[in-house]
Amino acid sequence: MKSAVITFPGSNCNQDAVMALKKVGFEVQEIWHNENSINNDIDLIIIPGGFSYGDYLRSGAMASISPIMQEVKRLAERGNKILGICNGFQILTESNLLEGCLIRNASGKFICKQTLLRVENTASAFTCGYQKQQIINIPIAHADGNFFASNDTIKNLEDNNLVAFRYVDNLGNISNQANPNGSMLNIAGIFNKQKNVLGLMPHPERAIDIYTGSDDGLAMFEQLLDGFN
Amino acid sequence: MTKIRINIALKKGVLDTQGKAIENVLNKNLGYPQLTNVRQGKFIDLELPETDAEQIKKIVEEICAKLLVNTVIETYTYQIIN
Repeated sequence: MKSAVITFPGSNCNQDAVMALKKVGFEVQEIWHNENSINNDIDLIIIPGGFSYGDYLRSGAMASISPIMQEVKRLAERGNKILGICNGFQILTESNLLEGCLIRNASGKFICKQTLLRVENTASAFTCGYQKQQIINIPIAHADGNFFASNDTIKNLEDNNLVAFRYVDNLGNISNQANPNGSMLNIAGIFNKQKNVLGLMPHPERAIDIYTGSDDGLAMFEQLLDGFN
Repeated sequence: MTKIRINIALKKGVLDTQGKAIENVLNKNLGYPQLTNVRQGKFIDLELPETDAEQIKKIVEEICAKLLVNTVIETYTYQIIN
């Protein structure tokens, strides 16, 4: 199974993504953002975390018009799988591949810590390795992770079960205390309508080894390799 | 050359952490407790070899839609500042 990781100027989690993909057995191609083609047989593309273009203007804004993003959009329409992690999520919303926007954390602070997520929808290639409502331990590291959207967008996400993950407490409950960044309805990750595009602020690629805190992210990559059934 | 200033503001209701921090300091540290609703925006200046107002409007609207402004959270106005 073939995958690709896009690197923008300022990306810094691209190697973490490569490592996670290789660990489960993906073939990985690394692609620089100025390139302008991706083969159709690349099954999964990761837009990694970091600070593309130094977060200038808005997080993810300038990367969203890098040449390679035309190809990412083409493949997203084709049904290939796209996973945006952290800055990658911001790039996907700025590209209009996902709805809403990630604004500054409500606390105004950069937050780096383990968070508990509840898996909201397991009917996707990304999440079918988890149980519905399963609580997983995945780290976050961001300043702009506060998910914001219009009321219409929120209604659309909820009505179509497009929320993938929410921040919860250790009992699995949604609460303000469990919400690290002020995200509307504790949203940590969302799908597009076809569920072949997922964006999330937490870093599953940093949760692939118990020795660094958690391996709850592995199931996502393993299932992406095995396929959605 | 026409000089243009594009003013970008966060929409009403979008949390402005910078505005809040500024307000807090103005209120508590600088002794202006009567100041409220502080909001921070940004402006982008640029020059364009164009004098036709319609053409300027078209270009400004295009670059704002494509890059400079995220209409989910922001609004903008622009002015010619020659």
